[in-house]
Formats: sequence, structure tokens, C-alpha cells
Amino acid sequence: MAEGGALLGVELVTPEARVWSGQAKMVSARTVEGDLGVLPGHAPLFGVLVDGKVSIKDIDGTVTEFEVHGGFLSVSNNRVSILTESAN
Amino acid sequence: MGAQLRVYRRRMRSVKATKKITKAMELISASRIVKAQQKVWASTPYANELTRAVSALATYSSTDHPLTTAEEDPQRAAVLIISADRGMAGAYSNNAIKEGEQLATLLRERGLQVRPYLVGRKAVNYYKFRNRDVAGTWTGFSDSPTYEDAKEVADALIKAFLADASSEDFGIDEIHIIYTEFQSMMTQNPLAKRMLPLEVVETDAPIPTGLLPMYEFEPDANRVLDALLPRYIAARIFNAMLQSAASEHAARRRAMKSATDNADDLIKSLTRLANAARQAEITQEISEIVGGADALASASAGSE
Repeated sequence: MAEGGALLGVELVTPEARVWSGQAKMVSARTVEGDLGVLPGHAPLFGVLVDGKVSIKDIDGTVTEFEVHGGFLSVSNNRVSILTESAN
Repeated sequence: MGAQLRVYRRRMRSVKATKKITKAMELISASRIVKAQQKVWASTPYANELTRAVSALATYSSTDHPLTTAEEDPQRAAVLIISADRGMAGAYSNNAIKEGEQLATLLRERGLQVRPYLVGRKAVNYYKFRNRDVAGTWTGFSDSPTYEDAKEVADALIKAFLADASSEDFGIDEIHIIYTEFQSMMTQNPLAKRMLPLEVVETDAPIPTGLLPMYEFEPDANRVLDALLPRYIAARIFNAMLQSAASEHAARRRAMKSATDNADDLIKSLTRLANAARQAEITQEISEIVGGADALASASAGSE
């Protein structure tokens, strides 16, 4: 971790609702180029997601997994937003 | 019962039945406005995130994407009109359709051909009645549109947009949308907006200034835009549909409320008329009885 103890502000949203929002230690997702893990301090990034799993590891270490259907991930300033058409 | 009184009572019964219906529709619409508003709110985070992403991308990358560049010599413009499936909502659908006519006139003045895309049975019927050419219609979900509905419309529009307008018949160079903005329970405005070529709408939260981060793109900026822009269009259409649905319910509630109030007034005046008719009947009966008794009394007085 580049900035020790820093956290990611994560938003997982679909057109119909905000599915997950909060602080997390790590986010991993599958983009068109392969699996991608995001830790705090990650460089700004735009990525296109493919159908697959997005997992979010929150502050106390529990991992939540979502099945996403297409979508899009953006990272900037320790802020991760995942936009997808459906997630569950 | 006299004939006059019977006629009044019959009219009162029918007005009361109508009032029950309008009152019920008013209550249903009132409860649906709240639901529709909640849906609008639920869709805002997605729209905001998407807008942030699109504006960031438009600012930080210098790619030429067909969806962001304006055609130099536009030929055709699509006008997407969002109206209601059902009536009984006052001027709601009409206002949207009229806004569409105005926009079409403006576009024609600029020398563009107008291709109408219609959502909602009211707009479809309006165009069908006038025998106009329609490029696409969708009906059956104006009450509570889902994202899938919006996506279907968006896909059709984007497909037509990406097709070459000068060589293909269904190609379009501009996309405009007409929807009804939900301002409050009392105010809803029909609005016309240009969706494509893109004017990125800034949300209330501006992007922080200062050092702009250099974004990495995975796989590359163009492909990211490819994936992002259709979603952006779909999200905007979805938001427009949701706002229109909320507006539709609000307009219907207002129309049904005034219908209920009118029925109340009508019942009141009919009750007065019926009372007068009944009283006149009673007065007449009494005078007949008194007259009859008088005649009997004078007849029997003469015989004694």
C-alpha cells in the first residue's frame, strides 16, 4: 500500500439502485484485459468490465462478491466507482 | 315520485359513481408519485457516477469518437418523445407532443429531416391519426419504466446514429429528447434536450480542480468510450423516462382531483335542485289535498 492505512471509497451502482457503498481495503474485478485488483493508492484508471465477479474486501476483512453484467470501473484519488447494468 | 325528482336522482347517482372512480384514481396516482420519485432518486447515483466518468474522460482524453463529434452537414435528426400510455392525465401527453412539434419546426428550419421516435401510446396515436411516418415506437411501460426499456430505446437510437446518415435511410445525425421534467408535485415542465452529439451535462458536484490525474485506460480510451457512451445515453433516457413517469402520475393526480372537485360541486347543485323538486311536489300534493277537502266540505255543506 502506497499510503499506509488508506482506504478506498467504493461505490457499486446500477441504474436502479446503489448496490454497495462504503470504505474498502481492496476491490477486484475482471476487465476485458484480465483480472484487476485495486488497492489504495492505485493510479487513476478507466476499465471496461466483462461479465463476471466483482469482489470488495471491506474494512473488517469480509469479502462481498457481486455477479456483474458488463459495466465499467473508474479509479481516481482512492475512489472506486463500478457502474454496471445489473449486480447481485 | 315525480318525474323531475327521478331525473335529478338518477343524475346524482351517476355523478356519484364517477366521483368514486376519479377519487380512487386520484389516490392511486398520489401513491404512485412517491414510488416514481423514489425510483428517480435511486437512479441518480448511477447517473452521477456516469456523468463524472464521461466528463472526466471528455476532459482528459483527446479521442475523436463518433458519438462526441458533430456531423458537419447534418441531414436528419431524431426526436424522441416520451408520453403516457393512458389518458386521464390532463394535458400531460399533449404538452410533450406539442413541445415535440415545436422542436420539429425548429429542426426543419435548419434544413433537417425529422425522424420521430415515440414512447407511450398517446404520442403513437397522435402520429398515427395524422398518418405521419414514425421511425420507432415503444409502448406499455410509461407508468413504471425499467432500465431494460430505456436500453431498448437507447440501442435503437444509437444504432441509427452510428449508421451513415447520408447513405442509409434510417441513419440520423442528431438525437433530441422530449420529456417532462418533474420539478415538484405541482409543477412539471416539458423539456427538449439534445442528447447527441454529446453535450456532457455537469451535475451539481463539479470535478475537483487542481492537478488533473492522468488516467490509464483499459484497454484503450476509444474502447472505454465505446463502452461508456451508450450507457450514458441509456442512463439519460432512463432518467428522462422516470421523471416523465413521475410527472405523468402527478398530472393524473391533479386532473383527477379537479374531476373529483367538479363532481362534488355537481352533486351539491343537483341535491339542491332535487330538494326543490321534492318540496314542489309536496306543496302540490298538499294543495291538491286541501283543494279536495275544500271541495268535499263545500259539497257536503250544500247537501245539508
